[in-house]
Amino acid sequence: MEAVVVTEKSGADILVEALADLGVEVIFGYPGGAVLPIYDALFKQAQASGGRRAIRHILVRHEQAATHAAEGYARATGKPGVVLVTSGPGATNAVTGITDALLDSIPMVVITGQVPSTLIGTDAFQEADTVGITRHCTKHNYLVKDPAKLGATIHEAFHIATSGRPGPVVVDVPKDVQVATARYSRPGPIQHKTYRPQVKPDLAAIEAAVDMLAAAERPVLYTGGGIINSGPGASQLLRELVRLSGAPVTSTLMGLGALPASSPNWLGMLGMHGTYEANWAMNQADLIIAIGSRFDDRVTGKLEMFAPTSRKVHIDIDRSSINKTVRIDLPIVADAGHALEAMVKVWKARAHPKPDLADWWGRIAEWRAKDCLQFPEGDGTTIMPQRAVRALYEATKHRAPIVSTEVGQHQMWAAQHFGFEAPNKWLTSGGLGTMGYGLPAAIGAQLGHPGALVIDIAGEASIQMNIQELATATQYKLPVKVFILNNEYMGMVRQWQELTYESRYAHSYSDSLPDFVALAEAYGWKGIRIETLDALDDGIAAMLDHDGPVMVDCRVAKLANCFPMIPSGASHTEMILQANEVSGTLDDEAKALV
Amino acid sequence: MHIREEKTERHTLAVIVDNEPGILARIAGLFSGRGYNIESLTVSEIAADQSVSRITIVTSASVETLEQIVAQLDRLVPVHQVTDLTTQGPHVERELALVKVAGTGDHRIEALRLGEVYRARVVDATTSSFVFEVTGGREKIDTFVTLMKEVGLVEVARTGIVAIARGREGA
Repeated sequence: MEAVVVTEKSGADILVEALADLGVEVIFGYPGGAVLPIYDALFKQAQASGGRRAIRHILVRHEQAATHAAEGYARATGKPGVVLVTSGPGATNAVTGITDALLDSIPMVVITGQVPSTLIGTDAFQEADTVGITRHCTKHNYLVKDPAKLGATIHEAFHIATSGRPGPVVVDVPKDVQVATARYSRPGPIQHKTYRPQVKPDLAAIEAAVDMLAAAERPVLYTGGGIINSGPGASQLLRELVRLSGAPVTSTLMGLGALPASSPNWLGMLGMHGTYEANWAMNQADLIIAIGSRFDDRVTGKLEMFAPTSRKVHIDIDRSSINKTVRIDLPIVADAGHALEAMVKVWKARAHPKPDLADWWGRIAEWRAKDCLQFPEGDGTTIMPQRAVRALYEATKHRAPIVSTEVGQHQMWAAQHFGFEAPNKWLTSGGLGTMGYGLPAAIGAQLGHPGALVIDIAGEASIQMNIQELATATQYKLPVKVFILNNEYMGMVRQWQELTYESRYAHSYSDSLPDFVALAEAYGWKGIRIETLDALDDGIAAMLDHDGPVMVDCRVAKLANCFPMIPSGASHTEMILQANEVSGTLDDEAKALV
Repeated sequence: MHIREEKTERHTLAVIVDNEPGILARIAGLFSGRGYNIESLTVSEIAADQSVSRITIVTSASVETLEQIVAQLDRLVPVHQVTDLTTQGPHVERELALVKVAGTGDHRIEALRLGEVYRARVVDATTSSFVFEVTGGREKIDTFVTLMKEVGLVEVARTGIVAIARGREGA
């Protein structure tokens, strides 16, 4: 009998092999002293594999962008995003994106280099307490001190990042652990000692929820990012439940696309910049079924006045989301997809007829008649930002584009005026509200879907927060499109100053803007400027015709506001629909809210 | 505008955790990060192989926040189990204190007499000082320490509360 020779490998080789075993195809990263052994292992792996199972490394220009690109990749593909950065500033630069992924429940594994374990605690060069810093912005994190445990830790990190409520996991690897050797064998299915997320719902609770839905006179399904995270199957099941129950559906910012925007049951987004019909339906409902959504303050408005007449069912994979801000009558801890599947099954088994919701739909029709997303068209020359988003939508909808955004007015206009027909097409920073998210997220999405049309709808202020990533798209020949709604203001800040501080525009003007066309060209992109309404459609067509990356500087009306809007401290029934309803002041209680 | 304070209750939680590096920082950080109070926190290994620790936390919060605290603790990856002993039913709470008093003459005699009343053991003695070991609920120890101030209290070391449910069932 031949003896089995198990050779030891370096920690760096173990790490790369574990990533390959986990099916990782793309890593977003930036090298540095404390990750050099890992980079060398990646280099050798790419050569040895001859392309097969080679992990593709995408060199970003700033570590924050690596995390957002990983988020965009994860959101668009459903696979976890993987990031590799060095110690110290590499890790601290990644913190914003890690926090962003935590707030929006994005599966992500971040590998950070660390100074050698013998130097930890000595204020060594590029030392930062990465596990300490990221403890509160990760789902979980690890400092690996033994190469023999590195492989298992990486597998466990992916398990935790991708199961239950997804989130970011950081694995901090000291440089000596990358160099030291140990054995690695691919572990079997992970049976974690303490971490066992509940994904299957309690059947009795599902039956109760279905009976409540069948009996409700004024139901609303309030859906969120949990449905997107559950996978495309959950969106199909939502559509099936809507078909059976005839219930109207509204969604959070993160849940757009789970139900097609073209569905007659679609009320539009709810909340601060949600539609009149969605917010009134929530206010007047007798039953709200929340599925994979978390009653965020942007959704509820004033809590004491939120949905006062309804009973509430809350389906969420995270028990701590239930009863966090809003009291729930029927809590169901489960994955959204499993819960929807069970609801559809129970509905059919009980042979509930489709409820007669004619009266309810009649009231909804009255609210819809307000046509709350209507906007003043301007002088015929100036481009209204809403018009620009609609023109972009009309020109691209047949290609089912993936749309990312930065954060601010343009983000809300995109959410309001761009119709999403499918999940995984909408990438935005919802929870953390991170300016600079959109361009790297678009890069990540394009890498996951090389053939797709990927557009970052941006603002001229946000885009500058990760503008250096233009080079990344150029290097990897990624044909992403950046469509800047340029109003020369940090528009949402300016809008709040107009509404709350009597138009005292403190530091919200985007002064000294670059020439975006020249800037695009300097990075090897095509640059297009659109200045008047009559040039809008042609400009968009020119952007779409170019098969490389394009940056469009679309000059829009400077002082347009994003409506409808629930002012801070107000309830769903106190929406501002037009500028002439704005008073310009708020009391201190409202000013203190974000 | 003024900051409003909400009505709170004091609860004792038992948290069973995997004994991994940083677990205490995770728990303490959760409380500070989410704005919860910690009145007392004790931690010690409870398994023969040192793999599991029991953390006893006394916290004050509104009823709604207490429910959140339990759910948030339960969400931490290395947490096995969280029990709100106050909600769950009758339980025993104990704390141990070491109390040093210094003095001579009447003070010294009075300190010894009070120690007997409170069933405190003398664990160290010099001609001019004692160290008492006293065990009991928080209030008993508070009272004992207050009394010792009058007879020459030097310093106090307290363990914080440990607690366990009454009856045969585990947490």
